[in-house]
Amino acid sequence: MKRTDTEPLSLFDRPNSYIGKTVPRPNLDRLMQGRGLYVSDLELPRMAHVVFLRSPHAHARIARIEAADAKRTTGVVAIVTGTELSKIISPWVGVLSHLKGLKSAPQHAIAVDRVCWQGEAVAAIVATSRAAAEDAIDAVGVEYEELAPVTDMRSALDPQTPVIHPSLGDNLAFERLHHAGDVDRALVDSDEVVEAEFVFGRHTGVTLEPRAVVADWNAAEARLTIYQGTQAPHMVQNIAALHLGLRDSQVHVICKDVGGSFGIKVHVYADEMATYALSKMLRRPIKFVADRFESFNTDIHARDHRCKGRIGVQRDGTITAFEIDDLTGIGPYSMYPRTSAIEANQVVNLVGGPYLSKNYRARARVVFQNKNVMCQYRAVGHPIACSVTEGLVDLAAARIGMDVAEIRRRNLIPDDGYPCASPTGLRFEKLSHHASLTKLLAMMDYDRLRAEQSELRQSQVYRGIGIASFIEVTNPSAAFYGVGGARISSQDGVAVRLDAQGAVTCQTSITEQGQGSEALTAQIVASVLGISTDRIRVILGDTDNTPYGGGTWASRGAGIGGEAALQAAKQLRRNILEVAGAILQSSPAALDIVDNDVVDLSDGTRRIELQELARIVYFRPDTLPPGIQPELMATRHFVPREYPFAFTNGVQASWLEVDIETGFIKLLKHWVVEDCGTIINPQLVDEQIRGGAVQGLGAALFEKCIYDERGQLTNANMADYLVPMSGEMPDIEVGHVVSPTEETELGAKGAGEAGTAGAAAAVANAVNDALRPFGAVITEIPLTPEVILTALGRI
Amino acid sequence: MLASPTSAEKDPDMIAPCAISLTVNGEQVEAYVPPRLNLADFLREHLQLTGTHVGCEHGVCGACTVRLNGDIVRGCLTLAVQANGAVVETIEGLSDAGEIADLHAAFRDRNALQCGYCTPGMLVTAQDLLLQCSAPDRELIREHLSGNYCRCTGYEAIVDAVEVTARSRRERGR
Repeated sequence: MKRTDTEPLSLFDRPNSYIGKTVPRPNLDRLMQGRGLYVSDLELPRMAHVVFLRSPHAHARIARIEAADAKRTTGVVAIVTGTELSKIISPWVGVLSHLKGLKSAPQHAIAVDRVCWQGEAVAAIVATSRAAAEDAIDAVGVEYEELAPVTDMRSALDPQTPVIHPSLGDNLAFERLHHAGDVDRALVDSDEVVEAEFVFGRHTGVTLEPRAVVADWNAAEARLTIYQGTQAPHMVQNIAALHLGLRDSQVHVICKDVGGSFGIKVHVYADEMATYALSKMLRRPIKFVADRFESFNTDIHARDHRCKGRIGVQRDGTITAFEIDDLTGIGPYSMYPRTSAIEANQVVNLVGGPYLSKNYRARARVVFQNKNVMCQYRAVGHPIACSVTEGLVDLAAARIGMDVAEIRRRNLIPDDGYPCASPTGLRFEKLSHHASLTKLLAMMDYDRLRAEQSELRQSQVYRGIGIASFIEVTNPSAAFYGVGGARISSQDGVAVRLDAQGAVTCQTSITEQGQGSEALTAQIVASVLGISTDRIRVILGDTDNTPYGGGTWASRGAGIGGEAALQAAKQLRRNILEVAGAILQSSPAALDIVDNDVVDLSDGTRRIELQELARIVYFRPDTLPPGIQPELMATRHFVPREYPFAFTNGVQASWLEVDIETGFIKLLKHWVVEDCGTIINPQLVDEQIRGGAVQGLGAALFEKCIYDERGQLTNANMADYLVPMSGEMPDIEVGHVVSPTEETELGAKGAGEAGTAGAAAAVANAVNDALRPFGAVITEIPLTPEVILTALGRI
Repeated sequence: MLASPTSAEKDPDMIAPCAISLTVNGEQVEAYVPPRLNLADFLREHLQLTGTHVGCEHGVCGACTVRLNGDIVRGCLTLAVQANGAVVETIEGLSDAGEIADLHAAFRDRNALQCGYCTPGMLVTAQDLLLQCSAPDRELIREHLSGNYCRCTGYEAIVDAVEVTARSRRERGR
């Protein structure tokens, strides 16, 4: 690890370091006592509520909107159409220049002339209460002329299929081809070639608090305050300003408590843009809270992919090549501003990533369709890439009769093989696939489980073991969005300030949605400064009151925001010791800060309390030696520059039982070993892993947005769209291997998406393992009883 | 495609506010409420008790769980008028009374919440189990909490926290 400082003890070795310790998160009591402040709780004077009239059709021309009767309904403030609102807020196109060829059409805050998915807003009804707005909604008459919907991604590119946006020429939003090595030769030379088509259910985030925003345009100040549950406040500020014709400084984004995000709340949605614009138009606070039906119809969906895969393998287990052909349907528009091509792009990047094979060919096609938009959701692309890769590896192992752990041992990049690069050019600084696999097999007692599995089969109990290795993109640099022209910051900033009582206020541009951003920031700052965490207050989620930065997404908060906090705290520490040296007539290098006191470095003798030092600096600077100007505030920013992404790795395993009569799957146990580098708070990391894994298990077993052929979402409620509940979920054992990144002093990589990346792959492999006696192979999720029984030939 | 109001919606008896009187967290409350107002919205919007959360509004997610005459109910499936004469307790009341201080501590120690949006409903439901059963095993805990959706934690930390609380209550002889 880089140690540029001359401190006698590293941050990690200091006697009262909080790094690597489980410390309860600050502010949990507020949430547990029901005293949080979520946007849905917020009420402002003169606030009105907006409800959106949404299209019942997947594709239709809007012939006429008749709102005169509705406008007379009690409590109605205004009824606004897309055409009217387009005078206030400009449309956008969700493309980025580094995704070459990506195209999309202008999207309006409220549909103008045409609706392109069931659920697209057609008009806004603003009223004094949500109930009053909903009362008026039926009185708004809309005449639609239905158009042919494009729903099946497999036929979206056929010549006879209508083109959704004629100006674009076709329904192909983006295509990427990649070829490394010589796949054709490798496959010809392989002992076996196995292929399969992997099908993924379109699913969504189902945050428990729906998306919510309160926009408050103060015409007298010419300033818009946006209260929003968002992961990226500065991005929202920039986008809102851009499309409302304001300067960034005229938009203040405040993000208090957020009821779940997972990538759902890192985008800018049309109805949120409409809410900002309505506030500006009507000159009063406007509140929008999606109901659950709207959440299912408008929160971004993800993972709607069909991916054909091929793998070549030798009899000795050597994998010779991977080849994929991925097809995904993203809805009618590429989302703004992060675009809807990133997921497929990630699939191309990540397939085969853990393995040595250098022969790789990929095609990914991203097509438009008349369904809700798709975009980045927790672990973007990783679950697809991992399921395809690990599914193919297991199929290859089965073909050559090799144990699934053994084939991985023979092909995973060796732990001493770094730095190296993947066939798609991803650079790996230091991964630990073998150490992770070894640890996983020990944790699960692999050999004993295999024996148990084989014994139970004698009594017609069908259990399976599934293993899935994975790599994960974390700590993204500007390579993710900035290079493509998006005004999304990849750097983050932290300001730390010693107050007049020796406590520290810390302002950070990363955000909190429950991951523990406040906790990790406090732990780092406290450790560097030598003060206790109860003296640290962390402020985040406020564009007026934090440094500029990206926020919390793509597993970047700890690695990037944490490093900025570390460097800011180091500077403040230097500044404090400089003042202390002057006060104590000592050399700063001979002093340290321990337990809120400045002490002698040599023997720990207490010299002056921080509180006393702060008192002198703030109230009696006249007593300081001439020429000293203390700076008890320090700000530092950080962005990775050496590696575009800090890759992490891990491996998961599932142990489950399939009831071959009913098709039900019982998850018995799940294991995850991952390597996120330096662990700041072990409990928080483990809980990120567990929560992430359960999101992946939901995708594996239950979650699917079911559309009919007319583009109607048929299960847009929580009774019909199944999510994992406590009764079906297993206990999850989490282990770690620690390979810190040397790009930062902290050494932390991201951990937020590792659980989601590999969970479904492990389950799918375990199901196929359980069903091996029947010769059934399933490469589709969710693994519903219907899918299982169909594969078994029972229905 | 203009829809006309149904006869029920036109009937003044169906929409005229009703007087209700109930006890909420130990305080007597009198209010006039529309018959269609659900208990969760009444608590949140009329009494500003925003600790009761609204997640799905159709009785599946459990975020709006409150105690009504000692039993847990879905605030979104209960009408405010049905609470007339009842004793209602919310997360704010349970917290201020100190009734679940040990459960709070266990949730804090185990990081059994992340975003915290499900937490009030989860705590009210967990306390309901602990009042009914002093020694629940993990399966029973999972079963009892299976009507409360949490997207963040994966549930294990919550199950751990409830298990620990049950054990400590047994040891304290409570």
